[in-house]
Amino acid sequence: MAEPMKIRAKMEGDTADVKVLMSHPMETGQRKNDKGDLVPVHFIQIVTATHNGKTVLDAQWSQAIARNPFLGFRVKGAKAGDKITVSWTDTTGDKGSIDTTVAAA
Amino acid sequence: MQYIRRRLLKAIGGGAALMLAASAGILRTGHAFAAIWNKTGFDAKVPSDALKSLGADGAQPSKDITLTAPDIAENGAQVPVTVVSKVPNTQSISIIVDKNPFPLNSTFDFANGADSYVSTKIKMGQTSNVVAMVKADGKFFTATKEVKVTIGGCGG
Repeated sequence: MAEPMKIRAKMEGDTADVKVLMSHPMETGQRKNDKGDLVPVHFIQIVTATHNGKTVLDAQWSQAIARNPFLGFRVKGAKAGDKITVSWTDTTGDKGSIDTTVAAA
Repeated sequence: MQYIRRRLLKAIGGGAALMLAASAGILRTGHAFAAIWNKTGFDAKVPSDALKSLGADGAQPSKDITLTAPDIAENGAQVPVTVVSKVPNTQSISIIVDKNPFPLNSTFDFANGADSYVSTKIKMGQTSNVVAMVKADGKFFTATKEVKVTIGGCGG
């Protein structure tokens, strides 16, 4: 995989605001390359986020999530120092994962 | 080899998704399963089939859902969409783009104190209604907003 993922988590009141950037081409299967051949579908299908090991978000995606996907979500009751992990699996079985600790407000 | 493996996986995945869709109505609680990809829904070519795959035909519009998206998206390849649901006991949010080749864009299942909030960027092929569909206590609610697209984001 090319560039690494990016993640940031910060407290806002009693809620952790999490922002994630993934590095992925998210090919729709409808785009043609320079030679005019269709580029095969290749996109992130499943994204899972955990808070201190507990699943808080399970996402299913289509090819129509924008390239290098952005995901923002919020975890209520989180505290500064808690661990947030986000991982993905794509149509070829490739995986990516990143974690961070929640920063104080 | 890789190709055969992929086809196999696809076939197995499809069967599992169907079985799950059938049992989802009975088994689903507030707790999210390990995510399994809703192949039926994502392969649907019309919004009504996508809604059916989620068990959501007959969803009602709700003022408790805030769907934020631009009025005009200059670039259909990067359309920011944010959905906030104030519907009590929101279990999941799905994003549906009526006129995309595959309308079902994404589904987000919440668990263990996740706020019913999600923000992402989507691709849109042309001007279309964007629908945020919320599942709460087994019922379905929607919010709709039209986004005008000047350059589509599916081909390129």
